[in-house]
Amino acid sequence: MKLLRPGLIVLLLLTGVLAGPGGASASRVPHAHGPGFPVTIKAANGSVTIPSRPTSIVSLSATATEMLYAIGAGGQVRAVDKYSNYPPNAPMTNLNGFTPSPEAIAKYHPDLVVVSYDPASFNAQMKKLKIPVIYDPAAPTLTVAYHQYIGLGEATGHTAAAEAEVARLKTRIARIVKSTPHAAPGTTYYWELDPTYYSVTSATFMGQLMTLLGLKSIADAAGVNTNGGYPQLNSEFILKANPTYIFLADTKCCQASPATVAARPGWSALSAVAHHRILALNDDIASRWGPRIVILLQQVANFLKSHQG
Amino acid sequence: MVVAGVVLVTVVLVSTAMGPADLSLGTVVGVLLSHVPLLHYHSSTSPINQAIVWEIRLPRVILACLVGSMLALGGASYQGVFRNPLADPYLLGVAAGAGLGATIAIVTPSTFSELLPLAAFAGGVVAVTLTYVVGSKAGRSSSGSSIVLAGVAVAAIFTAIQTNVQQQHAADLQPVYSWILGSLTVATWSDVTLILPYVTLSAVVLLAHRHLLDILRVGEEEARTLGVNPNRVRLTVVAAATLGTAAAVSVSGLIGFVGIIVPHLVRLTTNASYRVVMPVSLVSGASFLVLADLFARMVEAPGEVPLGVVTAFIGGPFFILVLRSRRSAQGVL
Repeated sequence: MKLLRPGLIVLLLLTGVLAGPGGASASRVPHAHGPGFPVTIKAANGSVTIPSRPTSIVSLSATATEMLYAIGAGGQVRAVDKYSNYPPNAPMTNLNGFTPSPEAIAKYHPDLVVVSYDPASFNAQMKKLKIPVIYDPAAPTLTVAYHQYIGLGEATGHTAAAEAEVARLKTRIARIVKSTPHAAPGTTYYWELDPTYYSVTSATFMGQLMTLLGLKSIADAAGVNTNGGYPQLNSEFILKANPTYIFLADTKCCQASPATVAARPGWSALSAVAHHRILALNDDIASRWGPRIVILLQQVANFLKSHQG
Repeated sequence: MVVAGVVLVTVVLVSTAMGPADLSLGTVVGVLLSHVPLLHYHSSTSPINQAIVWEIRLPRVILACLVGSMLALGGASYQGVFRNPLADPYLLGVAAGAGLGATIAIVTPSTFSELLPLAAFAGGVVAVTLTYVVGSKAGRSSSGSSIVLAGVAVAAIFTAIQTNVQQQHAADLQPVYSWILGSLTVATWSDVTLILPYVTLSAVVLLAHRHLLDILRVGEEEARTLGVNPNRVRLTVVAAATLGTAAAVSVSGLIGFVGIIVPHLVRLTTNASYRVVMPVSLVSGASFLVLADLFARMVEAPGEVPLGVVTAFIGGPFFILVLRSRRSAQGVL
């Protein structure tokens, strides 16, 4: 298992953080360090002041890396962590966003560091090095994801591009939702995060995307906020719930596929298995809240349409 | 023993009848009867309900029986062979070794489901073998204390490596933690058939040595005068307990406290002879883990609570109770 699945990691490491201030907004003070700089933005770790337009950004967040490139700040990115595998031209290093080493980061002489996990004392250490850190944890909603875009835009000097990207995402999501026949009431899904049946409820980021298409997670029965919205489900409950659709977000990490699901003891009785309503997703895209959410949403929408006749 | 057997049968029946799917007792009984050979009974319930009972719930209950009985019997055996009431089946590093094996399997692509049990089993066996080799060479202590100390060292080394591997693959923390905390969530008949031979062989060997453990209790010199070779007994018991424990944890993950709680509970309620403690621990261990697993799958249904958390939650307070009762009875542990 190799790939980042923020939902699960958040479950372990960031309990309680999701409810924190995930969005970012900025206030600018005209100055000579470049147009719009210095700028102070509000991130999950409080107010962060970036004195001048950053030219050596270190991103320890796979989602932030995608966002930075999407808003045209890719040329300013000096290094990204080992899970930032998209876009392919991002300067991947062996840095680990979950065990960030200030000294290893300092090697790249960053003038801005972006993280999605903020371990104790990391921020304080980076302050001693006078390196601004933007903490953008896993976004619980689309709104927070949009705020993170704007915050990164403000922080990197790409405000207009960030706003345009947010507008593009909103338009595309609206278009996808509008073009997809709303699922019939009672249409449910089981979203598999790993082969031990961790799943998502409708309260999570991905759950909210599915709600836009009229789908309801069977995991909601466990309590939408149980385990931060990522409960481990009982296998007999999954069979009993008999979800209309199964979405596999563990295809790369754990080699899950429609065939492996069908081969599980008892699972062949599920209607989703019998009617081939199992969609294999890309783990990375299905666990990040960046620009590729529209690809995910489009893939699910196309799948729903193909099964709605 | 009869009481323990009755309790086990009752617990298994209750646990098979209950589950998050909320099936009626008649449905469950009907499905079970439909699988009785020569009865030719046909259950009219839906295929999904049949799968829930036969493919999901029953193998989980049976696997809990096997794992629980092995951990309890292993714990009683280790306590006897090392004459240490704090000994548990993980004393010589089987948990640390299995943890490392499982972690390597999880972080290695393309191995999650296929090789995880085998890797955990191999890791456990390697760790205990290393402990025994190092401990045997390090000292000739007849009490086995050098082996126990070697076990502490080997466990520390394996745990350090496991932690480092885990930290280097932070994206895999969830499955690693899931395994370490123990779970029977994905139990199948394949798991049952996988560990059944090892658990059976281990149990037969350990039960056959229970009277020798009683002899060891009076002292090794005395045992030698009775013609018992303590080192040979220790090696055989440790090997058998390790084999069974490694097989158990390979499919269940690291479920703690069972190997301590159950033998002590048995000692508190019966006499202290290993001829009684070991078979009763075997049966009671099965009952304990089946009940704990029932709790794990029902308390937050349809969500799951890690089984290791449940056993530790019960085990912690119980352990304190054991310590207090022993102190008041003996003045010292």
